[in-house]
Amino acid sequence: MSVTNTEISDKSNAERLQIRKERLALLRANKAFIIGISILGFWILCAIFGKFVTPFAIDEQNYEFVSVAPNGTYWFGTDPNGQDVFSRVIVGSRLILVMSFAATIIGTIAGASLGLITGYFKGWFDIIVMRLLEAISAIPAIIIALLAIAAIDGSSPTLTVLIIAFVFTPNIARTVRAAVLAEAEFEYVAAARLRTERTPHILFKEILPNVMPPIIVEFTVRLGYAIFAIATLSFLGAGVEYGSPNWGTQISENWAQIFNNQWWPTAFPAIAIASLAVSVNLISDGLLEVFEI
Amino acid sequence: MKSFLAKRLGLSVLTVGLAAIIVFFMTRILPGDVARQSLGRQATPDDVEAFNKLYGLDKPLLTQLFNWIKDLLSGDLGVSMSTSRPVSETLIPALGYSARLAGVAFILIVPLSIAGGILAAMYRGKKIDRAITVGGLSAAVIPEFVSAMPDDGNGGFLQNIWHLLLPSFALLLVLFGYIARITRAGVIEALDSDYMRTAVLKGYSRRKAVVKHVLRNAMLPTIAVVASQIPYLIGGLVAVEMVFNYRGFGTVLLAAVGGRDYAVLQSGVILTSVVIVSFQLIADILFAVLNPRIRQRISE
Repeated sequence: MSVTNTEISDKSNAERLQIRKERLALLRANKAFIIGISILGFWILCAIFGKFVTPFAIDEQNYEFVSVAPNGTYWFGTDPNGQDVFSRVIVGSRLILVMSFAATIIGTIAGASLGLITGYFKGWFDIIVMRLLEAISAIPAIIIALLAIAAIDGSSPTLTVLIIAFVFTPNIARTVRAAVLAEAEFEYVAAARLRTERTPHILFKEILPNVMPPIIVEFTVRLGYAIFAIATLSFLGAGVEYGSPNWGTQISENWAQIFNNQWWPTAFPAIAIASLAVSVNLISDGLLEVFEI
Repeated sequence: MKSFLAKRLGLSVLTVGLAAIIVFFMTRILPGDVARQSLGRQATPDDVEAFNKLYGLDKPLLTQLFNWIKDLLSGDLGVSMSTSRPVSETLIPALGYSARLAGVAFILIVPLSIAGGILAAMYRGKKIDRAITVGGLSAAVIPEFVSAMPDDGNGGFLQNIWHLLLPSFALLLVLFGYIARITRAGVIEALDSDYMRTAVLKGYSRRKAVVKHVLRNAMLPTIAVVASQIPYLIGGLVAVEMVFNYRGFGTVLLAAVGGRDYAVLQSGVILTSVVIVSFQLIADILFAVLNPRIRQRISE
């Protein structure tokens, strides 16, 4: 009995490796995916090393050069506070990247665990949890976040991360649950149960690896939404400290300047947000194509 | 069909009820004192006590929840904590303004997105298809406030229409990609189907076959996705209204966040979820009406 089991798992492992190799090759050939990864990689580098390479310190104010148009010294111009827009855009990548990754990772872990448990056990627990999740998703994410931020009266990034993770949990749970429902019908799950494996083993060692593709795709999709949500919240003046180098905040502080024909303090952070959001979308698009879901 | 309607309606009511409970506990259980935050840090304990008494905050939590839901059911949205006027006075007109904006956006978005999806499907794999699918979804992930172009003029009738169209474009960019993509998938599936082959064999031209057979079937997933995008449309309104200085429901909610006006917030959020759930209900019913297979399953 144990011999056959190892044989089966050996074979499936080899197959799994083969599939993984093919998928990697497909991804490498996917132009959109490569472009997306490159842009995201660029912003991640900026987030890590940006502080050390920018021409000006982010809070350095030069009152002789207030609202200067882009030129050789100030590549992206300066804002009404005499701060270098280029430096602030480069360093501004850090907060939004850290926050959106943290929120998505927490939301994915919570959602995937809930999805695994509800999809595997079904029954009344499943019904109750799914009803609750449906109720949460009947309120727009931005509005839930605003509500929670008002209630706690804080604009701490940590809090915003937790709220966005909370808001994303239902979507991820639903995706994973659907995949688990299909997966639980397969014989390897019944076999594991016959071997009297413990439930956590069946859930996380047997089923989880097989539902990874939808989880990975859902992760990248949610990452895009997290960037969207965090940028919007910081634009609305919630979720981050005022005046921090952050693209959304930069836009909300400066967009009225557009009417004075000073487009640069707004346009460059706007392009930065757009490029980051689009890069994540290109990545999830490429993954979706390769996983063929 | 009747039992299907009753069941779906029951589920919708349950969802809104649960949402109300979640919203209520989010404002009450999360750390932070409602009275302190409404009155400011200088408030004396007496002020706080009077405030709590006025808004019924001194009663046990469950009683408060029960009273709030009872009031909601009788159409009473409560009294604003910052202006002491009925919430409905500000919220209802604002909802009307937002509905007008969302309506214009919707009328613009839905046909354009469906046309885009059909176009992409007919030219599957060609450049125009790639442009619509990749470009559409890329635009969809850019926050509305980034793609919105504010203008500060105001005036006559044309200007008013312009004021509704400009914000709608920002919403269009966000929603076009999703709807177009689902329509495309639906049209492609229908194009590959047996009944399409039969129609062509019967001598229909491709165009006629598409109009007569494909569209009807391809519309089903599109209706579902349009309904599922309503929450994003409403969430997006908050940012868009702020950019365009539009006095809608998002602006009122945002002001309530700033002023810690929980009465406005609670009722506003619940109205949002009522709108969203109603649209989902309508979509489900349309779905059943349009798809004979589902209709049959229901009546059996």
